[in-house]
Order: sequence, then C-alpha cells, then structure tokens
Amino acid sequence: MVAVAIIRLHDLFSVVMLFGIYSLVSAALLVALDAPDVAFTEAVVGAGISTVLMLATLALTERHERRPAHRPWLPLGVVIVTGAFLVYGTLDIPPFGAPDNPIHQHVVPRYLQDSGTEIGIPNVVTSVLASYRGYDTLGETTVIFTAGMSVLVLLGSARRLRRKRKGD
Amino acid sequence: MQHHHILRVVTKFNLPLILLFGLYVQFHGDFGPGGGFQAGVIIGAAFILYTLVFGLESAARVAPPDVLRYLSLSGVLIYGGTGVLNLLLGADFLDYGSLVPSHPSHGQHYGILAVEFGVGLTVASTMVLIFFALGGRGRADEDAEDGDATS
Repeated sequence: MVAVAIIRLHDLFSVVMLFGIYSLVSAALLVALDAPDVAFTEAVVGAGISTVLMLATLALTERHERRPAHRPWLPLGVVIVTGAFLVYGTLDIPPFGAPDNPIHQHVVPRYLQDSGTEIGIPNVVTSVLASYRGYDTLGETTVIFTAGMSVLVLLGSARRLRRKRKGD
Repeated sequence: MQHHHILRVVTKFNLPLILLFGLYVQFHGDFGPGGGFQAGVIIGAAFILYTLVFGLESAARVAPPDVLRYLSLSGVLIYGGTGVLNLLLGADFLDYGSLVPSHPSHGQHYGILAVEFGVGLTVASTMVLIFFALGGRGRADEDAEDGDATS
C-alpha cells in the first residue's frame, strides 16, 4: 500500500517520507521473522540515513516531480512479465521455514553448532559475518569506501569547503 | 537554526546518548544484534544531526573532511591489515585464530573486534562525508549566487 502511494505521489518530499515508513515497516517485518540484526540494519540505514540523504538531495533539486513525457504502458508490461516469471520461479522453492530445506542442510548446522567453540562468541550472525564470511564483509567495506570516494569525486565538497575557509 | 533554542538544547542532550548507543552497538555486536555496520551508521547519524542543527561550518570543525577521508581509508586498511597480519602469522587470510595461537577462539574474538571496528570506522566517516558533500554543494551554490548578487 505504501509502495502504491509512492508511485502515485508526485510530491517528492512525501515520497521520501513514505520511503522511510516503508523501511520501518520492513524492519518490523524482519523483527517478526526473528532477524533482529537485519531489522536493525534496515531501520538504521533505510529509515534513517537514506531518508536524510534523500532529503539533502531534495534540497539541491526540486520538490516536485516533472510529468513524464512518455506513456508508462511499455515499462509496465515489462515489469508485469518479469514479475510473473519471478512468481513462477517461487512456485518451485521449498516451503518457508521447513527444516529439510537445502539452505538448512549445507553449512548452517556447522555454523549453529560449532561457532560457539570455534569462534567463541554468542551471536552467530556476527561470527558468520565477520569470520566465516570475512571476505564478503571486506568486500562490502570496500564498496562503501569506494562509494564515498565516488561521491566526493563527483561533488568535490571537501576541496570547496577548504577553499572557502581560506577565503574567510 | 541559530534561534531554535529547544532544538539546540535537545540535540546537545541527545548527542552523547546517540554516540554511546553507537559504541554499545559497535562493541556489543558479539553478544547481541548489531555490529560495525549498524554502529557506524548510528555514529554517522549523530554527526549528521549535529550538522543539521549547528551548521556545516561547526560540524566541519568537529570532524574535518580531510581527517574523515583518512579515517574512511584507515577502516578498510584495519580490516585488510588484520587479514595480512594473519598471513604473516602463518595462517590463511582473515583466519583470526592465529592471533592467539594457544587459544584460537580468543584470537577469533579479537579479530572480529578489530574487523568490526574497521567496518564501523569506514561506514561512519563515509556517511558523514557523503552528507557533507551533498550539504556543502548546496551551500557552495548559495554562496555563488550571493557572490553574483553582490557583484
């Protein structure tokens, strides 16, 4: 419902606020699914930081969306076909939460049973994230660093700020 | 924002609490939900709140963008450096057990703490940098317009 409202609205300020609400609802959903780590991230990043960043972007641009010049029917058709294929794909995946799902058979039993002795910390999510899957997290950190540097290269605020201070 | 006394006082009251919560999430991530990423975003949000209320100039004095860039880089270096240290100690890359050879799970614990600290450092400083970049751009444009108006 929130997503439909986001599509219908043309006032970008309301859209940003609704994005925040959407993230908060997702976070609540993830808490209900017993995934507090992911819910925490969703609430902090989705509802918090990205809302602020989008508001800052809005301050630089305009508040209202321009009327699109073209008809939406072709993109809508593409989206509906893709969505239908995705839903068709979900028909084959095993039932949600069943204990004999492939994901619960592969490495998860080792993580759950042995991480207490191998890593020695109670939060399994942290041991998977930082130790078993350390390479992935190193990649994520590098991605964030690269993203920040790209924004700096594109917007170049630090240099401008320094020049301004020199001017003062 | 110079005249909003309530906002300024409430912000000053809240900032230490937010930073404390960020540190709690950072270093308590082994035992409860959280970790470097979430903590970095929380600490970054504290700085962004400060920027919103007290202005870009004073925030840039607290956290100079030049220093933030080095912090952002050093977070990645701490993470990668931990892995290289493991290599030098004769284990696999990012195999923290080698840090304390007599007690591998303690080594894992220290390694995870170091790595999460690197993640948090990078995330926090990058968030603040991006916000400075966006906010500073608007400020610079305004200044340019002012300059045009006066000249």
